[in-house]
Amino acid sequence: MSASAPLVPGYPQTPALTAARLVLSRDMTLAFRRAGELVQPLIFFAIVATLFPLAITPEKSGLRVVAPGVVWVAALLASLLALEFLYRDDAHDGALEQFALSGQSLTWLLFAKSIAHWILTGLPLAIMGPLTAWSFGANMSALPGVFISVLLGSIALSLFGSIGAALTLGVRRSGVLLSILTLPLTVPVLIFGARATQQAIQGIDYTAGAQLLGALAILGITLAPLAAAAAVRISLE
Amino acid sequence: MAWTWFHKLGSPPYVFRLAETLTPWFWWISAVLIGYGLIGGLVISPADYQQGEGYRILYVHAPTAWMSLQVYVVMAVASAVGLIWRIKVAHAAAASCGSMGATFTACALATGSLWGGPMWGTYWEWDPRIIFELVLLFQFLGYVGLRAAIDDKQRADRICAVLAIVGVVNIPIIHYSVEWWNSLHQTASVMKLGSKPTMPMSMLMPLMSMFLGYVALFGALLLTRLRAELLSRERSASWIREAVHA
Repeated sequence: MSASAPLVPGYPQTPALTAARLVLSRDMTLAFRRAGELVQPLIFFAIVATLFPLAITPEKSGLRVVAPGVVWVAALLASLLALEFLYRDDAHDGALEQFALSGQSLTWLLFAKSIAHWILTGLPLAIMGPLTAWSFGANMSALPGVFISVLLGSIALSLFGSIGAALTLGVRRSGVLLSILTLPLTVPVLIFGARATQQAIQGIDYTAGAQLLGALAILGITLAPLAAAAAVRISLE
Repeated sequence: MAWTWFHKLGSPPYVFRLAETLTPWFWWISAVLIGYGLIGGLVISPADYQQGEGYRILYVHAPTAWMSLQVYVVMAVASAVGLIWRIKVAHAAAASCGSMGATFTACALATGSLWGGPMWGTYWEWDPRIIFELVLLFQFLGYVGLRAAIDDKQRADRICAVLAIVGVVNIPIIHYSVEWWNSLHQTASVMKLGSKPTMPMSMLMPLMSMFLGYVALFGALLLTRLRAELLSRERSASWIREAVHA
């Protein structure tokens, strides 16, 4: 395709996948330059998880029952917190505008940004999730199940969240609105995720819940970047 | 051509006058249907052998709950039409749907709660259909909030259209996930409307009449709001002066 591609001004010379990979590595580089900000969602997650034993009961028997809910609500809130910064800096310095003008598929570029967001916030949460469940009294044998469910669920959270972030791009003081728009989208993720986590902690087969989470993640991967790209284009007009 | 009606629907002056003509019809049809439904439902039809007189709130609750979903679908379809063919009138219609849908959903929740009080023994139950309605309400409120937060009307229209379309894709997913959540969740058994064997004609007829009456009511409200929306959006256009002074 590259050999026969016409040399029209504005016609992208770089294949879409290469461009997406470049955006991914750019986002990762930028994020690691400010490593201090990287751990903030994790600290937030840990603080939210710490509040529950203080607010409910320090007894392990009680905590084990609420552990899946705590892991998922904390993961949801931490993911939401990080979403605000998904497009904001790029929108401020004009990089997002350049993405839209580059002639490259904006869908692919935004997908790459979502994947970078997931690697930076979702993946660490998938490691914190089992740790929290363990501290809440779950058995060691349950932790792989917790890890898998948070891993799959966080992919869906990052991608569904990217739609909300794109919709609120041009909005002043968008924080609360972002939550109001994103939380209804993430209700199914929370339901299946908390269910799979609960079954893993109880030692029951959790594959059904994990598969549904996988289905939601695939739905997010296929459709969310399209919607996000449409919203970003309108916001930039 | 057969498609001229479609093009005409894209013209604000034409739609404004059409809405003006149709609005009284919708009001009358809804008044007749809801009037018959109320008399048939509240006076003529017999009391339920299990629930006594209290079941009669069904005649208001079921149509509002049904309409809450219909309004979202209408809003999403209008948004898609506006986004794809760039029709301003469709965006105006979608904008009129937002707060109306939120009202229908809130009414469905309120009447459902009032019904649940005496029948289930609790005004609030974490039942899948209640949660579904609640999430739907949040979606409507998010739509209204997003529209209010963007100053540029045209950009607000198109951004909100994307939100409405994403939301309508989300509705079946939420519906099935709360259903499955409930089947996995061992809740106390609650009385379900669906478990009733059959409904006698004396109850079914007023209920159907209420359903259709609410559709007509929604049509009348939508057209009225659409006219207001067009008036405010096109206030600098010359046809407005003719339409208002005519």
